[in-house]
Amino acid sequence: MKLDAHIPSGPLTQKWDQHRFDMKLVNPANKRKFDVIVVGAGLAGASAAASLAELGYNVKCFCFQDSPRRAHSIAAQGGINAAKNYKNDGDSVHRLFYDTVKGGDFRAREANVHRLAQVSVSIIDQCVAQGVPFAREYGGLLDNRSFGGAQVSRTFYARGQTGQQLLLGAYQALSRQIGLGRVEMYPRTEMLELVVVDGHAKGIVVRDLINGVVTSHAADAVVLATGGYGNVFFLSTNAKGCNVTATYRAHKMGATFANPCYTQIHPTCIPVSGDHQSKLTLMSESLRNDGRVWVPKRKEDCGKTPASIPDSDRDYYLERKYPSFGNLAPRDIASRAAKEVCDEGRGVGPGSLGVYLDFADAIARLTEPVVRERYGNLFDMYERITGENAYQQPMRIYPAVHYTMGGLWVDYNLMSNLPGLFVLGEANFSDHGANRLGASALMQGLADGYFILPYTIGHYFASQKQTRITTDHPEFKKAQETVSARTRRLLAVKGKRTATSIHRELGKLMWEHCGMARSKESLTAALQKIPALREEFWSNVRVTGENGSLNQDLEYAGRVADFLEFGELLCLDALTREESCGGHFRVEHQEAGECKRDDAHFSHVAAWEYQGEGKSPTRHIEPLTFDEVHLATRSYK
Amino acid sequence: MNLTLKIWRQKDAKDIGGFETHEVREVNPDMSFLEMLDVVNEGLILRGIEPIAFDSDCREGICGACSLVINGTAHGGHKATTACQLHMRKFSDGETITVEPWRARAFPMVKDLVCDRSAFDRIIQAGGFVSVSTGGVPDANAIPVAKEDSDQAMDAAQCIGCGACVAACKNASAMLFVAAKVSHLALMPQGKVERERRALNMVAQMDTEGFGACSVTGSCEAVCPKEIRLDFIARLNREYGRALLHRGGG
Ligand SMILES: Cc1cc2nc3c(=O)[nH]c(=O)nc-3n(C[C@H](O)[C@H](O)[C@H](O)COP(=O)(O)OP(=O)(O)OC[C@H]3O[C@@H](n4cnc5c(N)ncnc54)[C@H](O)[C@@H]3O)c2cc1C
Ligand code: SF4
Ligand code: FES
Repeated sequence: MKLDAHIPSGPLTQKWDQHRFDMKLVNPANKRKFDVIVVGAGLAGASAAASLAELGYNVKCFCFQDSPRRAHSIAAQGGINAAKNYKNDGDSVHRLFYDTVKGGDFRAREANVHRLAQVSVSIIDQCVAQGVPFAREYGGLLDNRSFGGAQVSRTFYARGQTGQQLLLGAYQALSRQIGLGRVEMYPRTEMLELVVVDGHAKGIVVRDLINGVVTSHAADAVVLATGGYGNVFFLSTNAKGCNVTATYRAHKMGATFANPCYTQIHPTCIPVSGDHQSKLTLMSESLRNDGRVWVPKRKEDCGKTPASIPDSDRDYYLERKYPSFGNLAPRDIASRAAKEVCDEGRGVGPGSLGVYLDFADAIARLTEPVVRERYGNLFDMYERITGENAYQQPMRIYPAVHYTMGGLWVDYNLMSNLPGLFVLGEANFSDHGANRLGASALMQGLADGYFILPYTIGHYFASQKQTRITTDHPEFKKAQETVSARTRRLLAVKGKRTATSIHRELGKLMWEHCGMARSKESLTAALQKIPALREEFWSNVRVTGENGSLNQDLEYAGRVADFLEFGELLCLDALTREESCGGHFRVEHQEAGECKRDDAHFSHVAAWEYQGEGKSPTRHIEPLTFDEVHLATRSYK
Repeated sequence: MNLTLKIWRQKDAKDIGGFETHEVREVNPDMSFLEMLDVVNEGLILRGIEPIAFDSDCREGICGACSLVINGTAHGGHKATTACQLHMRKFSDGETITVEPWRARAFPMVKDLVCDRSAFDRIIQAGGFVSVSTGGVPDANAIPVAKEDSDQAMDAAQCIGCGACVAACKNASAMLFVAAKVSHLALMPQGKVERERRALNMVAQMDTEGFGACSVTGSCEAVCPKEIRLDFIARLNREYGRALLHRGGG
């Protein structure tokens, strides 16, 4: 298989404009003849569904929550980047492009990233027009802050609830189209199969979560905007329902999965408090703007109260190791640094898996009311979860799985290798390379949905001779049967373990063998253990209830089953990528504790093709070339 | 700590339902309320009994999915706290805790602790938006917005659509929810253009859905996890009155 990214020719800065001109258009009167399925109603899905309906396409949109407003995007706290240069501090499209390519450790496509930086500007305009209440200055203009290792202030925010406000903007745009009858919305509905006819994506099979009824939906194109797969680690900052099911099942139907090993571990999360833990909570990275990260210099001091440790006995290790970025060092780097000091035995709190994030200096400098105004809701959340007051003692934080840069492979048009299957948002692999910068996921999701797909999908429709498929086609019958058979099988095992206990075990295994540090040895071990655990699942899981009504146990077991297959692919990708880059840290490939890339052999995207049960997948390569940005060692020292 | 749970179980919308008692041992005070329910559920599954159905997703107090009446109060009665953010350290050893779903005519029961809140979505579909399509909008800084207005709009926009306000109201009124959206958009210049149409349409849909009338007792404000203020209801009434005056009819 040859993976052609279809990157337009011409100078980087003109590619997107030229491509928009070159793409074929669908006549306005013909748009209503095309049916589009959008799976997912997060930032990417809701913005796409609304925009496509506004253009005149017939849209059906699906999500598993009871309302599209509850997609995981709602939880994003910190902000969204855009190259507006409102602060006059030297930002530009080129700088955002450059920072993103470098931040991604030179493992993203230049052309995609440049386009992302270009359209970032329109996103903010769009959201403001929708009434999104972004933070403002007294003059009435928009406020910005610096975020996640950026040296310019280009992050727009709405208190600590930016994702919520952006999602509500997109949800409201979507709601308007639903009200107008242009989008048919299917909440509490889970996509369980992709239907491919003659190599083209032509529909999906879904299960109604309330009554278990399985139905088919045919369309001229299928858009997956189903989010990331961080929950393969069980504990992550993702919502409980986040899963790999939609993308993994599309993968099994032929869509290649790119760079699954690129996962992001976020440095500022609340540490685990016990075995009951069901998820981890992120403390927004914006806290690092004013908080200082430290651990005691000596192991012996770790048990002492932080206040009793004088400054001279504290190790502000980020400031020490990365003087120019200090506490704002990028996520992957800050996470590894935390792991390192904890591995040395200098961690604090239960299990010694924590570091301090201290606001004492900020409070002294800015006063408590100012700190409260900036971060009050985060301090409140911290107190609710831990019972500790972070105005009086430092927060304890530890890294946790947060975001997945890998995803289904897409070309420049956001189309997968299966024609007619488009993939948006966190579900695709496109723009962040091996590490995503803070406040760039919201930007990417909305760029994909508002400003890229609406153009590229039209081009697909206009360039293909469309064959109409209905749900009577045998492929739909086959897919429905696959779904029903899987359900029957899950209910029939009647074993002795809960799906949660197996998921927890998988997560622990992934975290230990394929987390912040990965080695040939650990990955080889994981590749042996995962199939055994999968075996255990299919012979010993207990799924209660029946198919014909709301059955959360059954839904969840289906997702765990997919994680048990997908985890293996993730580890295989990590084993094959014999270099360190961004969030992928192979202990064999390092220089003074930092990532050591191997550009000669790994400057490429790895996209895996499914070959059938029990067979190893095939690894395809899309070479990455860098014309605009010079490949360099990423240094934040 | 050890606890006794009295939990509402109801097979489906048609079932009459009733309380079921569960003894829960060795609860870790650092658990969230939902994690405690997870533990109960795992025990049930191992005994081949269907787990207690409840909605949750983010478990961070922002998605609005969780919806439990705990000891008679929506979300459990701790200031600005959703059920998912409520931690077991707030309860005492040996306590008996009752857990029920939201109950309101406009939120039909689905199963156990799960109800159907799609009425809220339909209210938004009726007018809770600014009618702009993608593209062709002015530069974000073209229209300055006073910080005070934008801050107030944000206070209202924080609503997570959980429905606790309805569950807490003796009339099962949705006024606080509707007031939050109407106020958010009416406070922003971008939303002002359609303010009248919006207020009329959203209120009409609210009535169609079967939510009760508002008698301003404030029980909604008391349980609202996002501290949406009662004065937004006053603003909604003003917006609605203004719309009636200008447009006539309801
Ligand atoms: C705690 C937290 C904070 C974050 N903060 C920031 C931030 O400040 N800035 C930033 O840029 N990024 C942030 N991120 C990342 C960002 O929020 C996400 O990457 C982004 O919102 C993903 O959007 P999405 O539309 O791709 O997917 P999601 O919002 O996850 O939406 C997925 C949709 O797909 C649906 N779905 C999934 N599977 C199925 C299926 N099988 N069938 C039917 N429907 C399905 C779901 O119902 C949902 O509607 C944060 C992430 C987390 C976890
Ligand atoms: S107003 Fe408050 S209680 Fe009502 S739905 Fe919104 S957040 Fe929930
Ligand atoms: S689960 Fe999201 S608010 Fe409680």
